This record gives sequence, structure tokens and C-alpha cells, in this order.
Amino acid sequence: MMLDVTGLGAFYGEQQALFAVGFELDAGQVRTLLGANGAGKTTVLRALCGMVRTAGDIRFDGKSINGWATEDIVRLGVAHVPEGRGTFVRLTVEENLQLGAMTRRDHAAIAADIERIYDHFPRLKERRTQQAGLLSGGEQQMLAVGRALMLRPRLMLLDEPSFGLAPLIVEELFGILREVNRETGVAMLIVEQNAALALEFAEYAYLLETGRIVMNGPAATIAADEGVRRAYLGY
Amino acid sequence: MQLLLQQVMAGLANGAIYACVALSVVMIFLAIDHLNFAQGEMATFSTFIAWQFIHWGLPYWVAFIAVVAVSFIGGIAIERVLFKPLHHAPILASLVGFIALFSILNSGDGYIWDYTIKSFPTPFGNKPLFGSVLIDTHEAGMIGVTAMMLGLIYLFFRGTRLGLAMRAAAANPESARLVGIRVGWMTALGWGLAAAIGAVGGMLIAPVVFLEPNMMFGVLLYGFAGAVLGGLTSPAGAVIGGFAVGVIENLAGTFIPYVGRDLKLTIALVVIVAVLMVRPSGIFGRAVVSRV
Repeated sequence: MMLDVTGLGAFYGEQQALFAVGFELDAGQVRTLLGANGAGKTTVLRALCGMVRTAGDIRFDGKSINGWATEDIVRLGVAHVPEGRGTFVRLTVEENLQLGAMTRRDHAAIAADIERIYDHFPRLKERRTQQAGLLSGGEQQMLAVGRALMLRPRLMLLDEPSFGLAPLIVEELFGILREVNRETGVAMLIVEQNAALALEFAEYAYLLETGRIVMNGPAATIAADEGVRRAYLGY
Repeated sequence: MQLLLQQVMAGLANGAIYACVALSVVMIFLAIDHLNFAQGEMATFSTFIAWQFIHWGLPYWVAFIAVVAVSFIGGIAIERVLFKPLHHAPILASLVGFIALFSILNSGDGYIWDYTIKSFPTPFGNKPLFGSVLIDTHEAGMIGVTAMMLGLIYLFFRGTRLGLAMRAAAANPESARLVGIRVGWMTALGWGLAAAIGAVGGMLIAPVVFLEPNMMFGVLLYGFAGAVLGGLTSPAGAVIGGFAVGVIENLAGTFIPYVGRDLKLTIALVVIVAVLMVRPSGIFGRAVVSRV
């Protein structure tokens, strides 16, 4: 198992935000964390990246990475596309992409990867020398995904990639994510408020309520559940 | 006209030093969001080390390069030992840290090298440049060395991966960590560079103002004025601001009655206050907006 999380707790100061959360993810798998606002979805991703204080056990390739610094976890091949996209707004589009490969040393391959990202997202190529802060929301989200891919990640953590985007852009973005998953076998853990979208995209889902996992199963099973349908899918 | 040109050139020469100091201040400000009051004392300390090296018989340029290297390492050491532990501390703790650093270095200078004024050599000489009365060779050297250093720094930040990583770490530490940049070390590196740039400024100005523990006090004020004028968030702005303050200072001293030599330092403060009133983020700086 590539990622194996057991009994995960997370804390903001004295406040506990996650309680005994457990889940797992293997290479190439696409899984989703669903839940309402404030359920702790973002916190799970932040905990995996060492951005909040945690308790419990997080294992990556069987190695415990609890309490590791964010930059060391990233170096294992974990790419986090954060909420709010984390764009370096004053730097150019191309510099943003180069930063994604900051931990790599294979210079020739980096240049080739940037071209591959531009193939996926031609809009970014048109704007390669522009300040990233001037991009539209959709373009910034594509840049954030592109930056994460520049790491050649083994695991991608995606925090609300559909947030604030027009439906057509969302479709395009998820299409590319699907393609990348097939091509490179990168595992994806995706957090979404748009449950219908996430359940269609992922193979397996976990449902989070007030910091606890209350349900899990294949995406189709979860989508068919009466309670989930009413509470999260709205029909 | 002759007088005006002469004063502008002399202003540019001093401005080169203010630009060095302003740039060091801005580099640390970008990395840790605080003004380093001890920047001038760090430069003075470096200059004393240079004086010692030269006194021991090292050739000027060997001493110069050695001191730049020593200051770079010293700057990193100061960050690691003194300011890294204060990283999450309230702002007043950092402030006390700066004051401590200021007094330690200032008193250290006096303790090790005593308070008598020392002359400091210039490798450029003090003859008129090309027989012109506009500027002498040392002033030209100050401008030249500063310009070369600024060029190197520009190339470093624009053209290297490490420079890009430092810019990213300063602009957005959280995102920088998420691409695997060791932000703490980038901050330390910023301190090292700031110390090295300050050392260059100190060694260039020492032949003009003479070496003593409080040598950089006035210079630091002008440097701050330059940084504020250009914008504390803009390295290029700080450099331009530094040069501008040098020219303003000299022209005001010459052409505004009563200012003369005595009230020149006041000009720096007037510039700071005026800029803060009219355009708090400086000419090239950006307003800091925090999203809540």
C-alpha cells in the first residue's frame, strides 16, 4: 500500500479537527474525500503534508511520515494542489512551472515536462511570460495542476479543484486529470464539495462528517446511498 | 551648472552605498517581514574585519573577497542562531533581537578594535577621474563596484534556480514548501546575501567617512530612506531609492539655504516621513494586502 493512514488526528492549537481518520490509497488509484463545509476534508490533505499538528500514523511506502517537514514529504513525490491554488502571483507562468520541479535535478527532462504541460494546457503556453496573478481562475487552477505535475508525483492531493470554475472548464480540467492518471499511474486523492463530480471521477469514496469518516465504499455504492444522495447530491 | 553636475555625481557615489544598505534591508524584510536595525552594524563589523585583514598585510582585493565570504557565512550564522528560534515569536521579540544584535556588534567593534577613528584604504585612489573635477576615482570606483554587484545579484535572482527558489520562498512561503523548497534555509541565505552586500557598502564608504564603530549610523538612516522611497517590497526600487536619496541629500545640502552639511541627515528623515505620508508602499513597492 502506498499510502496507509490509521487513527489520524489533527489539531489547530487546542482545537481537534480530525478524529481517528483512517484510509488507504494504492498506486494508480483515484479516491475522493467527501463532506460538507468544515467536515475536515482540507485538514486531511494538510495533515498528509505535515502542515498541521497530527496524531496517529501516516505511512507512505510503509514508512511513517508523521511529523515530517512539508518539504521532505514533497520530496517523496507527494504533490499538493492546495485550496486557493497557491499560485506565485508575482512570478511568471513558466517560473511557476519551474518551481514545481524544484526538487528535481534532471534539467533536460524538466524542460521536456514543461512542454508536456503546455500540450495539456495550451492556454498556459500562450501566457508563459505573464505574471501568474493575471491569469483567470480557471487558468490558475490549470497552472496549479501543472505545477504539481512538474514534480512527477506519485501521489497528487487535490483540494477542491473545481472551486469557482465554469462547468466547461471543470470538465476540461477533470478530463486532463483522468488522462494524466492513465498515462503516469499517479495516485490521486481528491477533495470536493461537488460530490456528484467527485463520485463520477473517483473509484472509491470516503465520507467525512465533523472530522470522522462515517462511510466508505466504491464510488458507485456511495452514490447510490439514499442518505448521501439527499445530503450531498441534492436529489 | 558645473556645481550641479558635480553634486549629482557625488550624490550618485554616496547613493551607491545607500543602495547597498537599502538592498540589504529589503532582502531581509522580504524574507522575514521585519526591518533589520542592525544592518549598519553588521556592515561596520565586516569593514573592521577587512581593516584587520589589510592590517595583517593581505592585498586589498584578497581582503575584500575574503570579507564578503566571511560576512555571507556570518549572516547565515546570525539567522540560524539568533532569528530562526524567534521565527514564530511575537514581533517585539524580533525587535529585541535586532537591538541585541546592534549593541553586541557595536560594542564588539569598540572592544576589539577600540573607538579611535581609523583610515581605510581605497584601491581606486583619490585623483580626479580623467582629470575632470566632476568625480574622483574613488567615487567612480564606488559606483562601478556597486553596479557590478547589483548586476550579479540581478543575474542570480533572474537566472538561477536557487534565485528563483529564494524569490518564491519570500513571496509565498507555504506554496514554496509545497514544491519542496526549504524555506528556512532560503531565509538564512537571504541573511547571508544581505550581510555580504552590506559588507561591500561598508568597505566602499569607509575611506570616505573613516572607520569607527558608529560609522554606518548615518548611512543606515539614508539606506532606510532609500528603501522606504523605493518600496520595502521591491529590491530594484530599493536600489533606485538609494541612489535617489544620495542625490537629493547632496543637492539639498548645496542648494537649499541653511541645510548645508549640518542638516543633511535631516533630509533622510524628511524623505522617510514624506514618502510614508504620500505613498506608504514606496514608489515601486506594492501595498501589503492580507486576505482574511
